[in-house]
Amino acid sequence: MIWEVFRQEREGLPFQHGGSLEAPNLVFAEAYAREFYGRRDESFALWIVPREAVDEVREPYVAEVFDRDYRRVDGYSLKVKLKEARERAGTAGAR
Amino acid sequence: MTETEFEAYVQGGGAVETGDPMPDEYRAALIKFIEMHGNSELMGVLPEREWILRAPTLQRKLALTAKVQDEVGHSQLIYRVVEDLGKPREACLDDLIDGKTKFHNVFHYPTRTWGDVAVIAWLVDAAAIISQKALLKCSYAPYARIMKKICWEESFHILHGRDCILALMTGTDEQRELVQEAVDRWWGPLMQFHGNPIPADEDPMYRWRIKSQANEEARQQFLDGYVPQIWELGLTVPDPKLRTRDDGVWEYSEPDWDELKHVVTGHGPKTQERLDLRRWSREETAWVRSAVLADAA
Amino acid sequence: MSAQELLALADDELILGWRNSEWTGIAPFLEEDVAFSSIAQTEIGHARAWYELAAEELGTDADALAFDRQPDEYRSARFVELRLVPDWAATIARHWLYETADAIRISDLKSSDDPRVAGLAEKIDREEIYHRMHADMWADRLRNEPRFAEALETLWPYALGMVDGAQRDRLCEGAGREPVTPIERGEHADELRPLWEEMTMVRRSIPGATW
Repeated sequence: MIWEVFRQEREGLPFQHGGSLEAPNLVFAEAYAREFYGRRDESFALWIVPREAVDEVREPYVAEVFDRDYRRVDGYSLKVKLKEARERAGTAGAR
Repeated sequence: MTETEFEAYVQGGGAVETGDPMPDEYRAALIKFIEMHGNSELMGVLPEREWILRAPTLQRKLALTAKVQDEVGHSQLIYRVVEDLGKPREACLDDLIDGKTKFHNVFHYPTRTWGDVAVIAWLVDAAAIISQKALLKCSYAPYARIMKKICWEESFHILHGRDCILALMTGTDEQRELVQEAVDRWWGPLMQFHGNPIPADEDPMYRWRIKSQANEEARQQFLDGYVPQIWELGLTVPDPKLRTRDDGVWEYSEPDWDELKHVVTGHGPKTQERLDLRRWSREETAWVRSAVLADAA
Repeated sequence: MSAQELLALADDELILGWRNSEWTGIAPFLEEDVAFSSIAQTEIGHARAWYELAAEELGTDADALAFDRQPDEYRSARFVELRLVPDWAATIARHWLYETADAIRISDLKSSDDPRVAGLAEKIDREEIYHRMHADMWADRLRNEPRFAEALETLWPYALGMVDGAQRDRLCEGAGREPVTPIERGEHADELRPLWEEMTMVRRSIPGATW
């Protein structure tokens, strides 16, 4: 059976895919994952998952035709409105 | 994607993942190249493992065991990549043992002394690491990713090699002689290691960005990095023509390309003995794989 | 604890580590090769620690103790000297029996009067957790293999000879086996001399050198 190993480089960081290995069951897979991704103390934690349990989705975004600028940082233009708001409040120029 | 589009894609830096559509020739070339790398890591273990048992201090014993362990680990990573491309590990091992596939020249030669152990870890590994770093840019992403782990682990090997060499070179005259004698024997295979200079233009391995460094470039990089290290220790290289030109390019005696071909096609001094060892240990432990790995041969 | 007793511990670990590293590169499959190699390294690391303690008492260093004695000066049990490659069943049988016996030995050492011995036993015990897990994992997987049962049977008298007195009863209990006549520590296996020759050949080639 093939198992995928995800490793956390340091505490708090995301788990990232490290590699795969062959083992008959979880006990063996854990032993080997420790060796391959931990014998140099290089991982804070590991996730071990049977390959068939991992579902891959390629090109995950489903809606890409119409512009959805409200979902992006560059979809907002605040400069002009901020200037006007400051002028109204008499605080334009004051910093 | 057509083949032309695929080639443009990878040349433009595009990455290829396991499930992606790819030309059959690309897949076949990948398998062949990566399989040879896996074979090399696995066969490379054999000249070194004898010396684990003979290591002259506990520290060296531990360091050498760890180095060889890493190399076995590398072969695992590499064969997994090949398996995901479509050729199972057992088929790779079958073909290796039957002499149908190749492994790098340096692993066909004997190790005679502790001097060899030190020189291998210092110079042979260095030559290999140069090629391995170039593979970090391979268009096939799963392979590029394992190369990252491999290169990181190899960095420890370089230090170990350097440490062994320096201990010998600051030791007795006899110990210094061990190093010189080993350098004299390994120089030929080292110069052949990166392969003969072939133009990259027509080679599909470069068109597909599987390889991204020309053989001669790798060799020059090796010479740049290591000849100064060799000379600064008072060692000599058995090539009277070895020198740098004004433009910094290294000149050297033409390596024996016939020897290289002869050796990698299975006629090296230790080829058969090492393949026999693999065959023997595999046969003796076949029952274990049947008992433990359900679908193994 | 006497230097001789420390040497027995160290020699057991060194020789077993040496035997286990005979599998590096030729283990049954690649993942296991890497795992078993770590076990061999840990054993040699533990040997080194015991040698260092003995070296303090004897006024020498760990490498000298590990490599510069004559074969008949080693205090290893015959159990660890046996050459078992390429027999994986026997290798695992020894691994499992050794870990079971060593756990008892280490447990006693943790309450030693000598704080250095107790402290070292404590550290070793923590690393041994992985060895025991590995041994149990394999013993469980091979439990229905006749060759494994046969190997346990053959090696059992050797395992008993590894520990002393009351520890033997606890070993019988831990291994779930009936007592038999132990093969006592003292005489070495024939295999020790060739092992020693290979182990020390580089070191002996230039006596006194730094490597």
